[in-house]
Amino acid sequence: MSMPFYVPPEQLMKDRADYARKNIARGRDLIACSAAEGIVIVTENQFRTLYKISEIYDRIAFGGVGKYNEFENLRVLGVRQADLKGYQFAREDVNARALANLYGQTLGQVFTHEMKPYEVEILLAEVGATPADDKLYHITYDGTVMDEQGCTVLGGRAEAIAEALGTRYQPGMAGADAIRLCVELLAGPEGTLGPDQLEVAMLDRSRPRRAFQRIAGDALGEILAAGAPTTS
Amino acid sequence: MFDSSPPAYGPWRGPSSSFVELLRQTAPEHLPAAGLDAAAGSQSAGAVDIVHGTTVLAIRYDAGVVMAGDRRATAGYMIANRRVEKVFPADELSGVAIAGAAGPAVELVKLFQVQLEHYEKIEGEGLSLEGKANQLGQLVRANLPAAMQGFVVVPLFAGYDERRGRGRVFSYDATGGKYEESDFQTNGSGGIHARNWIKAQWREGMSRDEVVDLSLRALFAAADEDTATGGPDIVRGIYPTVAAISAGGFETIPEAIIAARAEELVGGREEGEGL
Repeated sequence: MSMPFYVPPEQLMKDRADYARKNIARGRDLIACSAAEGIVIVTENQFRTLYKISEIYDRIAFGGVGKYNEFENLRVLGVRQADLKGYQFAREDVNARALANLYGQTLGQVFTHEMKPYEVEILLAEVGATPADDKLYHITYDGTVMDEQGCTVLGGRAEAIAEALGTRYQPGMAGADAIRLCVELLAGPEGTLGPDQLEVAMLDRSRPRRAFQRIAGDALGEILAAGAPTTS
Repeated sequence: MFDSSPPAYGPWRGPSSSFVELLRQTAPEHLPAAGLDAAAGSQSAGAVDIVHGTTVLAIRYDAGVVMAGDRRATAGYMIANRRVEKVFPADELSGVAIAGAAGPAVELVKLFQVQLEHYEKIEGEGLSLEGKANQLGQLVRANLPAAMQGFVVVPLFAGYDERRGRGRVFSYDATGGKYEESDFQTNGSGGIHARNWIKAQWREGMSRDEVVDLSLRALFAAADEDTATGGPDIVRGIYPTVAAISAGGFETIPEAIIAARAEELVGGREEGEGL
């Protein structure tokens, strides 16, 4: 009878984390920023219908980076739980915090118990009455849940982008300025990104119930053409 | 209630886009009319005064469809509520008007609204109007055991069909049978009177304002003949609920406009001329 090789838990977890991180880093990053009109979410996406940003509930949006089929599973899980909760209690009882915890539990469970971890990072954004009431949750592949203020970045280059974003992001800046800033940081110093390579959505504070809106095509083109972000 | 185990969908078990199915699996006690058939037991609903909604209608016009309902709910011979709403948006492009047992009907509408939105979010695009109408039929059919006890729910469904570019009207029977109406339909205790009025006046290509007026006149006619239908209440300022659905979406017509139209239209036959 053969004995399985002993692998120290530290090594096991490190291997899994490295595996997840490496594969997430191969994909594109995603930025979410709280702006005056609402929360803007911007990512690079070459596909027109395979979305990385979607609506979960009235005031809540979802963003995923990494492996599409894995974050798509999590998106569906979120929509199901949100709709169930809203139906059983009231629409206003659905909040991003409970969903963020659910995602944390799910990803943590997969990270420790399954053959391989999910190669994803998840954003949950909930728009409030003012920018100060906005909530941004960033959930990583191992189930760590982070509650971010103002803006958050997901993906392999997250740290570098977050650093640049930190110096230029202004709380309560205009939505169009925030979109241009996110696009500029995603493109990097040399690159440019056109409307066809981007997926942009906004949780619009002023909309009565379903706040989620995609910004694409001509509308996005106009915003991008309107020039560099103001730094006032 | 949160199940944090990883969602496992395989080719044999994809995530269902039906919220009703999800509710049936996870919380069947929240389904509309759950337990009504069992609770009623051998008694029929006649033994309890359940609240009934009365007259609703849906009429096609040149750019869509108008739905309207009076505001009265009755329990036996009593007026249960003078300001009840019977016309609800189902989603951006369709609406439901309810007649019959008010409790299960309101729950059924709430479930139907979530069902349509859930499908849209999961699938990334909304159902066709035909698909929505079929979904509502299935919900009405699921209510059949309760209907057998007297809690009958028979909605009217109407909406703007984007693929065909016109308004469409559907009615249902208690078994969930779905019938498409060519131009208009009414429902509830005063429905027959409203329907006769519409039948005499309706013609192809009417404008929205003309059909709004027609729906108000039809509801007045129903209130004139049927005790359970509420007429325009000028003293309290209670007027029918009217909504128009077109390519631009579901729009509830503001009460001030309805009040102004109602006050102008009252008179003539209501004052006794020709009766």
